[in-house]
Amino acid sequence: MSSKIVNAVYDDDDTLLHAVKDVKKAEYRIEEVFTPFPVHGLDHAMGLASTRLAITAFMYGILGFSIAITMINYIMIVDWPMNIGGKPSFSFMENLPAFVPVIFEMTIFFAAHLMVITFYLRSRLWPFKKAENPLPETTDDKFLMQIALSGDEKVLINLLKKTGAIEVSIHKNQDA
Amino acid sequence: MYTFTQRLKIITYVLMGLGLIGLTIGFLNAPSTVAEAQAMVADAHGGHGRDHGGDHAAAGHPDDHTDAGHADDHAGNHAGESTHADDHGDAHGEHLLHQLQNKPWAALYVAAFFFFMIALGTLAFYAIQRAAQAGWPILLYRVMEGITAYLVPGSIIIYVFLVLTGLHANHLFVWMDAETVAHDEIIQGKVGYLNVPFFLLRAAIYLIGWNLYRYLSRRLSLAQDNALVGDIRNHKLNFRISAGFLVFFFVTESMMSWDWIMSLDPHWFSTLFGWYVLASMLVTAVTVIALIAIYLKSKGYLPKVNNSHLHDLAKFMFGFSVFWTYLWFSQFMLIWYSNIPEEVTYFLTRIDDYNLPFFGMIAMNFLFPLLILMSSDYKRSNWIIVMAGIVIVLGHYIDIYNMIMPAAVGDQWFIGWAEIGGFLFFAGLFMFVVFRAISKAPLEASGDPFVGESERFVY
Repeated sequence: MSSKIVNAVYDDDDTLLHAVKDVKKAEYRIEEVFTPFPVHGLDHAMGLASTRLAITAFMYGILGFSIAITMINYIMIVDWPMNIGGKPSFSFMENLPAFVPVIFEMTIFFAAHLMVITFYLRSRLWPFKKAENPLPETTDDKFLMQIALSGDEKVLINLLKKTGAIEVSIHKNQDA
Repeated sequence: MYTFTQRLKIITYVLMGLGLIGLTIGFLNAPSTVAEAQAMVADAHGGHGRDHGGDHAAAGHPDDHTDAGHADDHAGNHAGESTHADDHGDAHGEHLLHQLQNKPWAALYVAAFFFFMIALGTLAFYAIQRAAQAGWPILLYRVMEGITAYLVPGSIIIYVFLVLTGLHANHLFVWMDAETVAHDEIIQGKVGYLNVPFFLLRAAIYLIGWNLYRYLSRRLSLAQDNALVGDIRNHKLNFRISAGFLVFFFVTESMMSWDWIMSLDPHWFSTLFGWYVLASMLVTAVTVIALIAIYLKSKGYLPKVNNSHLHDLAKFMFGFSVFWTYLWFSQFMLIWYSNIPEEVTYFLTRIDDYNLPFFGMIAMNFLFPLLILMSSDYKRSNWIIVMAGIVIVLGHYIDIYNMIMPAAVGDQWFIGWAEIGGFLFFAGLFMFVVFRAISKAPLEASGDPFVGESERFVY
């Protein structure tokens, strides 16, 4: 990892997207991009591996589905059969239509909540965590690209200026 | 420009020819006397011509026989309550005869409606894209316009069929039979809406309205291609009439489904039936758009259509399949839970007599597309879209079959000459009309102001 990083600030998401493509083309290593909102196509442009969150969502959904079936079978059939609307109360299958909404909701509940929690963990976010973004304005209306400095820094700075950066600064890499 | 190859033309002719043969055999095989009908049933099922009363008693409706509601799951029940009880044998024979006479007509109706529905659903989908000013589907507009070309022949066939039905060429709609209505208080209460002249008038209004929009929108779409650069008046007008059409469509589509399908069981009603038919229509339409686009791409046309466009279509296939299931289940669960005899008889006849198509369609229309189209990568793979698409199209044919057949033929259903013939004939006609229409205009709507957006479209 290089000892210096370059921060380039942009004020437009389209400019940023084109800049990311240009910097990539010039074979620099982009460490991170901070944006106030999700920029469509940025993950593609940065060459990030596609997320595996969808797979976990599917597994969480199956988990919720199984828990719902176990739960409602225990509550409504095994533990305390209840006669609602004169339906046969000792059979899971014959009551299935009444249980479908519950099973559906539990599936969604598990998939959605566990997926959000997984996303937080994977993004290393937790309560009281100190913010990592180098510039507070990236939560408002600015976009920031961090590039690992390699080779001549003047060439890189010129390239960044040419892509429309409004501000370019060089910092010591804290992680290195 | 796409050229409608001789080979494909021959295929469509063969399909139509085979279909006509099947339909003819189906109509010729229909019995003309009670004795013939009874002999047919005895042959086919080996003494399976069983007593309906016993059947229904087992289903938990012993009072069904004296109930006026009996007419509702048995089309062409000409016997009044008293004769039914006294003279059960004859009435039953006559009932069977009517069911078997209805069968080829109903098979024709299912297939005619199914392919008409694909064109109509595509028209609605197309109008939604126009009204939403969507950027992604511009490259697919000509495919959609090609499919909606089937609307004209489809409408004529359906209308001729409804007129023939109104003239008592068949007994699909029991409420058209004066004698049944005379013995049926529930239908008597609906005569103000369910009568032949008003029924045909409404059908004419729907069909003329839909065809008019299709004609105007297609003309404006072609005119936009030849317009000067920067002149988007055609596009704007198309946007306006599309928005207007959608208002007209959603009202008339709902009424159409009550008229043409729900009134087959005139005692039964479901307030979300229009939506349910609409969901079936849209999912089949999107699937057919995807199938035809993939076919054209495989022949080297539509070079600018990339897998992001197909991905979007597959997302719609997935989404509308889930939407269809949601409506199917909402309708089913409420009626199952309340268990009111008048309503629940609709599902009892389907579960008792149509068990395999009724539950098989859930697997084909819900479970299969849900599991296979869930993954993002699978939605971008042509052969998976084609495979899922074929299952969805057949599944929704069975859906329409389940809507129409129980009212028309009761438990006397089987997939025979008329069903297969009807499907093949209309499939052939549909392909012929659609590919001929596609070959008549450039495949790219190059004048559309959003065409650039569609070309650059990346998911």
